[in-house]
Amino acid sequence: MDLDVQHTAMPHPPTLTGAEIVWATLAGEGVSTVFGYPGGAILPIYDALRKFPIHHVLVRHEQSAAHMADGYARASGDVGVCMATSGPGATNLVTGIATAMLDSIPLVAITGQVASKVLGSDAFQEVDITGITLPITKHNFLVTRAEDIACTVREAFQIARSGRPGPVLVDITKDAQQATAVFDFEMSKPRAYRPHPMLHSGLGDRNRALELIKQSRKPVIFAGHGIIQSGAEREVLAFAERHGIPVATTLLGLGAFPASHPLALGMMGMHGESWVNHAIQNADLLLAFGMRFDDRVTGNLAHYAPNAKKIHIEIDPSEINKNVKVDVALIGDLKEVLKSLESSLGKQDPTSLQDVGHPQSGGSKEGARGLATETWDQTADATRAWREEIRSLKGDASVRDIINLPDNGHLYAAHVINDIWQEAKAAGRLADTVIATDVGQHQMWEAQYFKHEDTRSLITSGGLGTMGFALPAAIGAKMAGPDKDVWVIVGDGGFQMTAAELSTIQQEKLHINIAVINNGFLGMVRQWQEAFYDKNYSNSPILSPDFVKLADAHGIPGTHVRERKDVVPTVTRARTGSETFLIDFVVEKEDGVYPMIAPGSALHEMVRRPTKDPLLETSED
Amino acid sequence: MLHTFIALVDNKPGVLTRVASLFRRLNINIVSLTVGETEREDVSRMTIVCDAPENAAFRVRASLYKLETTRNVDEVGRSEAVVRELCLIKVAAGPNAPHGLQSRTQVFELAQVFRARVVDLAPDSVMLEMTGSASKIEGLIQVLRESGYEILEVSRTGRMAMRRGAHSSKVMKALGSKAHQTVFDGNEDPDALDPMDSLPNQFVEHET
Ligand SMILES: Cc1ncc(C[n+]2csc(CCOP(=O)(O)OP(=O)(O)O)c2C)c(N)n1
Repeated sequence: MDLDVQHTAMPHPPTLTGAEIVWATLAGEGVSTVFGYPGGAILPIYDALRKFPIHHVLVRHEQSAAHMADGYARASGDVGVCMATSGPGATNLVTGIATAMLDSIPLVAITGQVASKVLGSDAFQEVDITGITLPITKHNFLVTRAEDIACTVREAFQIARSGRPGPVLVDITKDAQQATAVFDFEMSKPRAYRPHPMLHSGLGDRNRALELIKQSRKPVIFAGHGIIQSGAEREVLAFAERHGIPVATTLLGLGAFPASHPLALGMMGMHGESWVNHAIQNADLLLAFGMRFDDRVTGNLAHYAPNAKKIHIEIDPSEINKNVKVDVALIGDLKEVLKSLESSLGKQDPTSLQDVGHPQSGGSKEGARGLATETWDQTADATRAWREEIRSLKGDASVRDIINLPDNGHLYAAHVINDIWQEAKAAGRLADTVIATDVGQHQMWEAQYFKHEDTRSLITSGGLGTMGFALPAAIGAKMAGPDKDVWVIVGDGGFQMTAAELSTIQQEKLHINIAVINNGFLGMVRQWQEAFYDKNYSNSPILSPDFVKLADAHGIPGTHVRERKDVVPTVTRARTGSETFLIDFVVEKEDGVYPMIAPGSALHEMVRRPTKDPLLETSED
Repeated sequence: MLHTFIALVDNKPGVLTRVASLFRRLNINIVSLTVGETEREDVSRMTIVCDAPENAAFRVRASLYKLETTRNVDEVGRSEAVVRELCLIKVAAGPNAPHGLQSRTQVFELAQVFRARVVDLAPDSVMLEMTGSASKIEGLIQVLRESGYEILEVSRTGRMAMRRGAHSSKVMKALGSKAHQTVFDGNEDPDALDPMDSLPNQFVEHET
């Protein structure tokens, strides 16, 4: 069958089975890769696949299919697609769908369902998946007729990618897959996207925002995930440079603003640098760009940024005043709102700083972490004193940094991550490197020590914090960008949750670099038990198989690394090889992530890094 | 505090669950919820009364809008809208009731004062039907109780609300109305507030 689905106005729209319509519609939406797992209720769809130019990746667990589609979407910006059969296949998707929901990732999940005449009868492998996923999808559909498939799948794509993106599930009964209907891609176009009626703020708010910006002497920009979602990286950079405003980043905002930029402060919040959090507490204006004041970012709300006015630019009106009461809310797509702000500002402010060049990525280490470039002192006069003040807040932070401590013979996770970053930078591959992390201590160390210069270079589960995410998400990212160097950074605990996907890597013949940060513990749990539960290590020590042998069983080469000197050569070996390589980094067992804000504490009450040896007591700030 | 929302939603299976689930997730108690058909076949209308802090209203409205099946949401105050509720009340009255036959006449009188109707008469009970504002209905129930009547059953529909005056052009747009398309001439800011939205209503609430 030759289906030219993308061409409009077919003279004689073909009659296809529902299963064929699924693929034809996906192809029409530009899908080239889907991740899934077959089963009874979705067999007609799998049977029809051979007629279509779409690559299906067979996963080892449906949760991974959703994570792969998620990783694919995060890396590419396109909608990721996953599939599963009814019942257990569908329920296995749930964690992956929720992960995408909490991070606003555009995803379409297609599930098979029992025949429509037995719906609701507890038929074999029947589960009410639209009911189950109601609160964890942006929207979902149950389709019982072949003629509804094309328009529903198209609407699912539109919903997934429009506004604040999110996952959409389409549950298709087996009889709908088997029946036939006329397929006309163009005619199945969903009705025009319905923008949220509360979008677009009035002129009054915009003027008020401009007024606050002009009055501010101590502003900080918060760079969130929304920058990446909106594609507003350049606008944010231009805005920050023009006004000389320092930029702090959320976990999911890493990469949205280049880490080596003189205005970049790095990550804020629970494990942000303490001087960054102090800067926020001292600020007089916060400009929140596409972020939602998550509790990991704000700490104790009662003491949060007490002197700061707040401007919130956000596409989802329901986020306004949810956690933090703001002074001005500009509701809309960040890129557009920033453009309109700048055009109003342009008229008022002739001393534009827009011509100040953006330094090359991969700048000096000092530049990456501080505000050390003279250019900024000379240009943005209004905030110069403020930038001085932030610099002074740094104090001895860099001395405390483990990276700068003398080698004591121990291998620390921070070293490993720093070296992976340095190695990529030295090889000129930084702009082509994508890191997928799992959840735990290693995730925070990655955020602290890998300096992300480029958008979509970090893939991590922020909102849900889903262990087991890294490996499948990396597979999705690699399929989205085969020319990228893709790294998995994962703990020994999380790796064992989805390690079966090593087999998928081999079946797909992918080259992915896997760095297991092996500390023999569920490290982040251990750290909390150390800090808040009297070192009662209840079920946090974890036994692992020999990961190198495990990889070997899959035909994947690998090695253990126990000493700092072996890190870089092994990383180079993995990166420059032609196949997947696993490195088991055997690191310090009882290392902690610092700085840290204890739950309930305010941002300025951080537990800082130890001054000498990280294994010694920590000092209160 | 009580908030009253009017939501126009797609008339499709499962829409009520989405709305109800939203309030569950926000941990907000629904005081009453009425759903019914409207002047348009494809649209159902919900009046939702919920008890939530004052500042929650914006978020509820924004979250309701986020549901793909929602076409329009309006929050109405008392003065801008007609808010009504239907109630059926069954009281013990009749020859076998404590005050005998006399009890019936008394119920009839009360009903008249409150403009309720007697819709069923049994040897032991009288059923009243009443439409009005919630406070009036509660007034009748209270008077019956204080007069020593045993109330056997009460069934209330929950509030229904409708803004006074014509639909705002925004609502018509949300519904994709053809009839009102001339109102939107490209130049108009689609999100400018209608006078309907911003001006306090001139009418005072008067009961029928
Ligand atoms: C699916 C899931 N279960 C439990 C948790 C709670 N949790 C958060 S971090 C963590 C420990 C992770 O240990 P490991 O994978 O070894 O990484 P490390 O913290 O040692 O770097 C756990 C159990 C979670 N985030 N996700």
